[in-house]
Amino acid sequence: MNREDFPILGNGKIYFDNAATTLKPKCVIDAMDKYYLEYTSNIHRGDYDAATITNEKYDNVRNIVSEFINCDPKNVIYTSGATHSLNMVVFGFMKYYLKSGDEVLLNKGEHASNILPWIILSEEIGFKIKYVPLNDDYSLTLDNIKKMVTPNTKVISLAMISNVIGDVRNIKSIGEYCKSNNIIFNVDGAQGIPHMKFDFKDSNVDFLSFSGHKMCGPTGVGILVGRYELLEKMKPIMYGGGMNSVFEEDNSYELKDIPTRFEAGTPAIAEVIGLGEAIKYLMNIGIDNIHQQEINLKTYFLEKVKDIDNIIIYNKNINSGIIAFNIDGVFAQDSSMYLNHYGIAVRAGNHCAKMLKDEMDIKNTVRISMYFYNTYEEIDKVIEVLRNSKDIFKVIL
Amino acid sequence: MNSELKREIIFDNYKEPTNRGLVEDSSYLKTNTHSDSCIDNLDFMMKIEDGIIKDIRFDGEACAISTSCASIMIKSFIGKSVDEVRSILTNYINMINEKEYDSSILGELNVYDEISKQPNRKNCALLPMNAVEKMLDSLK
Repeated sequence: MNREDFPILGNGKIYFDNAATTLKPKCVIDAMDKYYLEYTSNIHRGDYDAATITNEKYDNVRNIVSEFINCDPKNVIYTSGATHSLNMVVFGFMKYYLKSGDEVLLNKGEHASNILPWIILSEEIGFKIKYVPLNDDYSLTLDNIKKMVTPNTKVISLAMISNVIGDVRNIKSIGEYCKSNNIIFNVDGAQGIPHMKFDFKDSNVDFLSFSGHKMCGPTGVGILVGRYELLEKMKPIMYGGGMNSVFEEDNSYELKDIPTRFEAGTPAIAEVIGLGEAIKYLMNIGIDNIHQQEINLKTYFLEKVKDIDNIIIYNKNINSGIIAFNIDGVFAQDSSMYLNHYGIAVRAGNHCAKMLKDEMDIKNTVRISMYFYNTYEEIDKVIEVLRNSKDIFKVIL
Repeated sequence: MNSELKREIIFDNYKEPTNRGLVEDSSYLKTNTHSDSCIDNLDFMMKIEDGIIKDIRFDGEACAISTSCASIMIKSFIGKSVDEVRSILTNYINMINEKEYDSSILGELNVYDEISKQPNRKNCALLPMNAVEKMLDSLK
């Protein structure tokens, strides 16, 4: 779908590393170019024409985000990416909310950015991190979560879609459970928001983080959405220009309103504008159409790969466009080098989920991750290359 | 060395590497080596007596290039003096980085003389050497 919108796809390569970052359509690149070529200026400080255009374009992205995920624009904070957003939640909110003896529920399929900040803060506060066990197919269920909850459980933090296995978590039912048990629900949407419909107001999610570059937008920009009453209690983790109203010699100061108080310094203006364009682009295609295309491609791949006996698939039954596999007896990185030899970009490794090995018995996998611009022909090519993988070492050595 | 022979040597050392598996012995130097740019992760241990490399062992997860390189390196280093090993290290690293080097002292390690054509694999061919360098430097 929509391949003509992506100039880079003219290079003849096959790009299957969309969970790492997606390609950028021309409209996003053009929107950013336009800022640099026609109206470069800083936000919130200029009275000249270019500054007015910049302000309008920059501020409007909050409206675009809020339309995309159904939230209020004042709940939308610009960040540098999902990692930044998650760190803001942990060090700006949880630092003042959690006490020694409290419990935070994570799981071993989470990305580093949804585990490490918690570990660091727990060293300071002394709350306990507990890991919800995954099912036999490495997915995470509400039943398993419930078994781990105690009266001390204050937070559940997880990804909408995990980045190695690609299992889609039932955010709605987990959110309802959290709400009825007075548990804060923090969601990493980096792998979910670009691929599936999400309704913030209808979700009982308290904080939602995602990145621009995994959804056709530029790198260096992301979003944190938070319930307003929680954002009122959250403290900025960075202070400086643009976020204060006044500061005096006697150390008194006043911060600007939410969300601006969380956006110190000159932000990534072109990138925010680019992200707005990317979201408009995705809404135009339709997020349900995007998800359906990924599922179609994945189903097609699984059907075709069935009769290749040396390919081990780890996540056949999940409802996303991520395929985790290995060529039997071959180190994941050698497999990705092999695919690269044929112009196919995939990723090998633990994909920043370094604890997942405890659950899987293997440390590294090869990951194919789809987006809507991938095609059946590309999958045919991958299948052909995998079919010939018995000769892998003749190719890569 | 023709490329068929090189491939055979690399493949054999990958499939059946020399001295894979660590031992419990406090007389060994120990180190871990991994790369920021790939997923290779290897532990090394080395025993030196009277300035001679008596043993090197390794274990961990790594690609065909790293694993085979560790194996060939181990065979090449055991029995040599620290000075000889340092000289091989210098020349080998020069070879990988496309600088001048003396191929006559590298023996089977010459199988990697064209690895620089694949820049994303250079690190793999350097990791085991970095480990030995690190352990030798710890003696200073």
